[in-house]
Parts: sequence; structure tokens; C-alpha cells
Amino acid sequence: MSHDVTLTINGIRRDVTLDDPRVTLLDLLRERLDLTGTKKGCDRGQCGACTVILDGRRVNSCLALALSCADAEVLTIEGLARGDQLHPVQAAFIESDAFQCGFCTPGQIMSAVGLMMEGQAGDDAERVREAMSGNLCRCGAYAGITRAVLLAQARMQENARTGEAA
Amino acid sequence: MNRFEYERAGTVAAAVASGRSDGAAFLAGGTNLLDLMKGNLVRPARLVDISRLPGLDRIEFLPDGGVRVGALVRNSALAHDVKFATNFPAVAEALLSGASAQLRNAATVAGNVMQRTRCPYFYDAASACNKRDPGAGCDARGGHSRLQAVLGWSAHCIATHPSDFCVALVAFDAVVEIEGPAGRREVALEAFYLLPGDTPERETVLAPGELIVAIRLPAQAAAFAGHARYLKIRDRTSYAFAVVSAAAGLRIAAGRIAAARLAFGGVAAKPWRAREAEAALLNREPGRASFAEAAALALRDARPSGENGFKIELARRLAVRAFERAAAGGSPLLAPLPASVVNLA
Repeated sequence: MSHDVTLTINGIRRDVTLDDPRVTLLDLLRERLDLTGTKKGCDRGQCGACTVILDGRRVNSCLALALSCADAEVLTIEGLARGDQLHPVQAAFIESDAFQCGFCTPGQIMSAVGLMMEGQAGDDAERVREAMSGNLCRCGAYAGITRAVLLAQARMQENARTGEAA
Repeated sequence: MNRFEYERAGTVAAAVASGRSDGAAFLAGGTNLLDLMKGNLVRPARLVDISRLPGLDRIEFLPDGGVRVGALVRNSALAHDVKFATNFPAVAEALLSGASAQLRNAATVAGNVMQRTRCPYFYDAASACNKRDPGAGCDARGGHSRLQAVLGWSAHCIATHPSDFCVALVAFDAVVEIEGPAGRREVALEAFYLLPGDTPERETVLAPGELIVAIRLPAQAAAFAGHARYLKIRDRTSYAFAVVSAAAGLRIAAGRIAAARLAFGGVAAKPWRAREAEAALLNREPGRASFAEAAALALRDARPSGENGFKIELARRLAVRAFERAAAGGSPLLAPLPASVVNLA
């Protein structure tokens, strides 16, 4: 039995027919919709490489069935930049030397974006590390990642204060 | 992962009816179930998706001072609800000390209650496990035992319940509201879980088709708000299951303990309530001496299930520290690392 599912991904409505109910949101993005920026690391919810924003919350897309996400709004790494203008979190990762091999980076960036939407980090490095603990980096770029999150957050708050678009 | 039939339930009644069928499993946040299915450890023939059931995603503060949390409320939503965290700080702290932000955003409160053990032998399909395959044996016996039980275990199973949230819920007398084929019933969370005995495959009192619809904390739980903590010892600072954890609450009147609550995580197949220890603290002055006596009583029946005798002393010491922190008062929510002893002065 096939299932029709509609999602809005990076602002674009996508209608998909799934012939197998086992497809995860991660596999839907990567294998069916060619959105390969979201990475498959452990595929078991332990590494965070597959992090996307689902209906406003960062989640592990490997642990969500695509069928269960019907009618949801999904934001992936491909939806962050405005043309050539990087999202402040993306820019801060480059400036802060926040990656080496880059495999975990889309998940790290989406997790950081989700963290800022949650508004729980404050300007405290310890809180940022705690809030980012669901994203593993085998290169060990954690110091740069923490700096990048704090930098992006400070800039986004400043932009919000002065009325500039983030 | 096995192939399964998928259906989305529109009402609780429809979910219960579908959930009764052979091999059916309820799907909500999916963070534990899909992981288990990917390991071929659980092979449901039918997934009944309850994640959109109407009305189960609300936090209702009751007129008497208690709270009713709908089954589908996300772990993060509950922990960050300001009124909830103010009235039930140890429960919020326990929630925030569990898993990662991504998992807390997806996982529901009832799913947290229903999660399975993280015993590595349960999780390894090549190992013998009486939970997965009754009668197969238990490879955890004589194996890696750091996370295994020291209370309430049997020769057939030494696994622990992995939840943080449920430890605080049991300490503060949470009740589970259940809808099922025979109607609605309520069970104290402490009595909801079964010890392994010779049937470790039976983990809860739920019958086929029964569905948790809400979790309630009574008004008296909020009376501990000024003196309630959850502390968790784990092998890394964040995103790890408890080796041992403790939820502690005190009501202090005129310099003496008017009521005490204590429950442990990581020590048994269920969150372990220590009522004898609570009773021993009544009318005592809060302080290390009385807390140490109570903690010793709480672990009196503990015994190692392997090379994990250290957990008994660890649990005793953690109970003392949790009571000391509870007695000192203040909001645990200001701590940058929820439930961590690293925050302690």
C-alpha cells in the first residue's frame, strides 16, 4: 500500500508518494528529494548529523518516519542562506574555525539555529556546550563550535535590536 | 527494520481499538521505538501513529495545585514551561538532564514513561536476553555491569530503567491516566512498572490496547517546590544515561523535616522509591547526619548484580548530596548543567 504525504521543505511544498512506510524523514530528504546537505551519521539518534528544524523544533531526522511528518514544515541546511548571503550561524562557523572535515557541520549549524529559536543558551559557554551536546564532532572542533554559536547569537541579537534582518 | 502497516489514529478510541491487534505498537515521538526497530529488537506488525491525537498535548494546571500533563507533551516543552518548572523544579531538572536537546524536542512524556532499558545485552540482538526472548537466558549476568541493577533484580534480568523524568515523577507521587478497551483507569507510576522476577518480558501493568493519555502530579508535589532537586551521576557531563541518580524533596517547618521524598534512578528495573528513608527523616533536623542515616536505610537491601557494588555506595552518597542541595533550596534551573554535581559548590 502506498502513502501520499505532503510536507513544506524550506518553504516549498513537496508532494511525495511513499511505497514503503519505513522511510525516515532523513532518507526522504536525501534519497527522494536530493537534499543531501542533511547528513546520515549513526542513523540512530546519537550523533546529531541529521538535525533539521521540524515545525520549529530541532530534531534528529533519522528517528522520524516521513509518514509521521505529514503536513509538517521542515527547515534544512539548504534553506538557511538567502542567495549568496549566508545565515549568521553559517558565517560564524567559517569565521570561528568551527569545523575540520565538515561532515557534522550541517547538523551542528541546524542545531545551533534551533538552539537560538529555543532561546535557552544565553551568553554562557557552558550552557552552549550543554545545549549542543546532541551533536558529535569526531574532529573535535568543539571549541570553535562554541565560539561560533556565541558569536552568531550576539550578532543576531544585535541585528534584532537594530532592526536589521538576520 | 521489518515492514509494517502504518495507520494514523484520529481519536483515542480508534487508537485503543487498533492497538489491541496482534503485534501493534503505538508511535508518538518515535525516538526509542524507531531506534529499537532499526536494531530489529522490536518488530511491530502495525504502527498506530498517535502523534496527532487531539487534546493530548496540553499542560493543565489543576485548581487544587496539581498538574495534568497530556501524553503527547514534548519533554522540552514541559521542562521549559515556566509555571511547571517553578512548581515542580526537580521534575524539570530531571527532564533537562536526559538525552539531547533534539531528542527532548521529539520525545513525548508518555514515551519517556514507556521507554525500554538501555541494557547493552538487550540492545545486542546476538546476545541472550530474557526480555526479548523469554527463556533465552541473560548474557548481562557476568557481563558488563556498570549500568545494571543493584535493587529488585532477579536471576533472569538485571536491567535498569533508563529514565530521569520518571525518577522525579515517582518521588513526587505521579499518577498515570490510562485509556483501554475496558475503559479508563489510573495507576500510581510507582506501581505501573513491574520488577523482573521470572517474567522480565513484562515491564508494565499495561494490557494490549491500553494507552497512556496523561500523567498527573498531585498538589502535594508542589509543596516541595522550595526544596526539591534531581542529581545525576553519569560517565560524561551531558547526553548520557545515569549510572545512579536521585530525586529528593523536603518540606521543612520550624527547622524540622515535615515531609521527605526520595527516589533513585539507574539502580533497578523501575524508578526506586525509598519510603523507609523518607519516614526516617520525619521530625528530624535537616543535615548530613540525618540524611546519611536515611540514605543507608534506602540502600539496605541493595546487592551487586555483577561488578557494580560501587553503585550502592555511590547511591548512598548521592542521596545525601541531593538532600543537602534540596535543604539549601534555591532554583536548580539557574544551573548551566541540569542535575550535574559539577554545579555544586
